[in-house]
Amino acid sequence: MKKYPVIFLGCLLLSFAAIPLFGGDYGIDWMTKTIIFGIFALSLELLVGRTGLVCFGQAAFFGIGAYATVIFSTDVAQPLVAFLLPISVLLAALYALFVGALSLRTKGVYFIMVTLAFAQMAYYVIHDTPIGGGTDGIYLYVKPNLPGNISLNSSLNFYLFTVFILFSVLGLLGLITRSRFGRALLGIKLNEQRMKATGYNTYFYKLAAFVISGAIAGLAGFLFAVKDGYVNPELLSWHQSGAVLIMIILGGLGHLRGALIGAFAYNLLEEFFRSEAIFGVFTKHWHLGLGIAIILCVALLPKGLIGLPSLWQNKLVGKTAETPDDNDQVSSSGSGH
Amino acid sequence: MMTTHNQDIVLRGTNLTRRWGGLVAVNGVNIELLKGQIHAVIGTNGAGKSTLINLLSGEIELSDGRVELLGKDVTNSAQHERARLGLGKSYQRNTIFNELTVFENCRLSAQANYQQPWKFWQDGTSCKLSTEQAMFVIQKTGLEHIMHRPSGVISHGQKRQLEVAMCLATNPQVLLLDEPLAGMGADETDRMLSFLMEIRKDHAILLVEHDMDAIFKVADVITVMVNGSVIAHGTAAEVKENKDVKVAYLGEEA
Repeated sequence: MKKYPVIFLGCLLLSFAAIPLFGGDYGIDWMTKTIIFGIFALSLELLVGRTGLVCFGQAAFFGIGAYATVIFSTDVAQPLVAFLLPISVLLAALYALFVGALSLRTKGVYFIMVTLAFAQMAYYVIHDTPIGGGTDGIYLYVKPNLPGNISLNSSLNFYLFTVFILFSVLGLLGLITRSRFGRALLGIKLNEQRMKATGYNTYFYKLAAFVISGAIAGLAGFLFAVKDGYVNPELLSWHQSGAVLIMIILGGLGHLRGALIGAFAYNLLEEFFRSEAIFGVFTKHWHLGLGIAIILCVALLPKGLIGLPSLWQNKLVGKTAETPDDNDQVSSSGSGH
Repeated sequence: MMTTHNQDIVLRGTNLTRRWGGLVAVNGVNIELLKGQIHAVIGTNGAGKSTLINLLSGEIELSDGRVELLGKDVTNSAQHERARLGLGKSYQRNTIFNELTVFENCRLSAQANYQQPWKFWQDGTSCKLSTEQAMFVIQKTGLEHIMHRPSGVISHGQKRQLEVAMCLATNPQVLLLDEPLAGMGADETDRMLSFLMEIRKDHAILLVEHDMDAIFKVADVITVMVNGSVIAHGTAAEVKENKDVKVAYLGEEA
């Protein structure tokens, strides 16, 4: 049952170690971006995969984290991670508390629409008011320092810092999943009515999950702002909320590694379809290629990319492999990654 | 009957009324559940039995009336608050967590009494109290041999048993059972009935059921509902002899 998460973690560590050695600056940059989206996708996985809440406004928390990072470092000679990180996470969490408190009174499609509406509201506030610098966005001129005056200007330092944050988030979500809180969230996902009848205040549980998720999205936003040194309103747009939703569906819902695999696959596909070496003049239509590829993946792999190994196993071994595989699915969704 | 101030009354509904627009689904129903008693509610389809149970559990809001649980007014309490005070409910349709094992179904239910959601670093299964309580109800309902199986694959009768086991896992004073015998075979029905007789001494049980033979076997008190109102109330023998009941409900059977 624990086979796949262990294999996955091994591959993850190997590729993280390999990138600085063989990937060069471009590789480091690409991997950093992908990890940031991985963290962003993990935040949404907590809601969609663990709690059964399909949030279509996750970009708002990401964008608020990113904007807070830039806004709070404009008047400072040397911004500090120790200040910017907590403040961006806190602001994203506060907005999540506000959005969650109101939107969690609705269910299903209504919840999707209400979260989208709140995200669009944040988008227009950033887009149309002076605080966000309008469509042009704002630049982060000086990258923040880590404690001990370690500069994040070096892309390798920042890459290692991002890897560290990723494993912290993975660890936190892994703990949450097996804790009483996480198990109650799973119960809410499977059957909220029963949880209420048993004595769980499901509204409180969902709100707590929503705020944690918003905080992690804000953390990803912080990293994104520091990486690019630039923020613009598009970070909060519904395209971004949609992209991250596609990532976790592409990877496979219900498993933490699904969110990461999805983020990797999405960014790889994007890289592929934007490569002029392969597509030449058609590169400008990369959205089309990416869209078709994602539709194919989702259509052919109902369980997402993490369903691939068991699919192959079934093909190779035949129908007999189905029963133990189903057991694996059930027990791991109950307790594992 | 409503004037008794018996210590043993654990759940009392007074003038329970629910209107859906112009339709009165439950109309001024008074009901008292006593500890150690199996109280059955019978009635034709659409008589308002399930609505009554949902009004007591807090799933549906009252249009009028009052609910007291263990002497406390819980009229305005949400369902989960009533559950924490000692109200357990099982559903007509299976509402178990199909994807989880039988054990985890019971453990998660028992966990409701020891929630402590902030202890995120602690493995949920390391909570001894909920694990013990889960094992207790699994043994009590005789589900040990299948406790590690995903609950989605066990038989229908076992699912109904699990439904009751989960209900018991929070150790409630009052059990509201909505058709616990639905779809059960004769053997399974007998087993469930003797189980209910066994746990009766520790709980007040409200039973909504269609199986008349079963009800006459186990119920201490029977309330008969027609069109949202109570038309008769009493022991099995009394209800059987009641003229209104014969006319309205038992019909040609009587």
